[in-house]
Amino acid sequence: MSDRPRIAVVVFPGSNDDRDAALALEQLGADAPLVWHTDEALPDGTAAVVLPGGFSYGDYLRCGAIARFSPIMRAVGAFAAEGGLVLGICNGFQILTEAGLLPGALRPNASLSFVCRDVPLIVESSETPFTSRCEPGQAISIPVKHGDGCWFADADLLGELERNSQIVLRYAAGGNPNGSIDDVAGVTNVDRNVFGLMPHPEHAVDALLGSTDGALLLGSLVDAARLSVGAFV
Amino acid sequence: MRATVLVRPKPGILDPQGQAVESSLRHLGFEVADARVGRLVEIDLATDDRDEAQAQLERMCEQLLTNPLIESYEIALGGGA
Repeated sequence: MSDRPRIAVVVFPGSNDDRDAALALEQLGADAPLVWHTDEALPDGTAAVVLPGGFSYGDYLRCGAIARFSPIMRAVGAFAAEGGLVLGICNGFQILTEAGLLPGALRPNASLSFVCRDVPLIVESSETPFTSRCEPGQAISIPVKHGDGCWFADADLLGELERNSQIVLRYAAGGNPNGSIDDVAGVTNVDRNVFGLMPHPEHAVDALLGSTDGALLLGSLVDAARLSVGAFV
Repeated sequence: MRATVLVRPKPGILDPQGQAVESSLRHLGFEVADARVGRLVEIDLATDDRDEAQAQLERMCEQLLTNPLIESYEIALGGGA
């Protein structure tokens, strides 16, 4: 058992939060190698994967639509199918919805404006590998910075996600920055090993930058990755 | 064979681009009830077989050109080049 679990951070052309994500994970006790999008396999001993924020492949067509066909995404899909932990932040969330690994779709912000500010959030469930350090109903503050964060699901899908408690993170009442349906900020898959969110926890791990609430989420992932070392790959 | 694929936001999907266009048209003095913004993709296919072209275009739409959760599409096949 390594006490520094390996959490691979994928770098697509146009990713720009890969180094922040890796730095945050390293500070929280992980070994966080960067993995290039043309790689066909994850590093040996990978216990979790992070798809970082940015503008992969220029976000042409739809955000995340092209990145999902990267060679590394086949490995990420296989890893997730075996129960491997996968976290998508912002553009990473968009890629995971386009890849069908997470439900819903991300559309342009209702305001049509790029938003870049701290947002108040409510953690709806602490029973996931990504929120175990939180309390259910806990209010946290983490920055967003996106133009296409308006998460959408039709009424049937939304009802199903509600019933399965897959809506893990919501914008606090009155604090929705993008018009997402039902104030959804982050969702998991049915098995809860894949999580995507628009806010950037990697930008909220150092008191120098304001909030350290992002460490609750990334720290939960490091904890879960530590427990799962050796279980995959 | 040339083809065009028209991609539209599905009815009921919030379309902020369409709303911005609608609002701008009103500012210009046009009486506009609604505007929706989609995407037109022009494709030059290697095949001249219409059935084959149609089948290929449908696969393109399902795999890449549209997100079926939020978008619908219409395929129009042009004549041979």
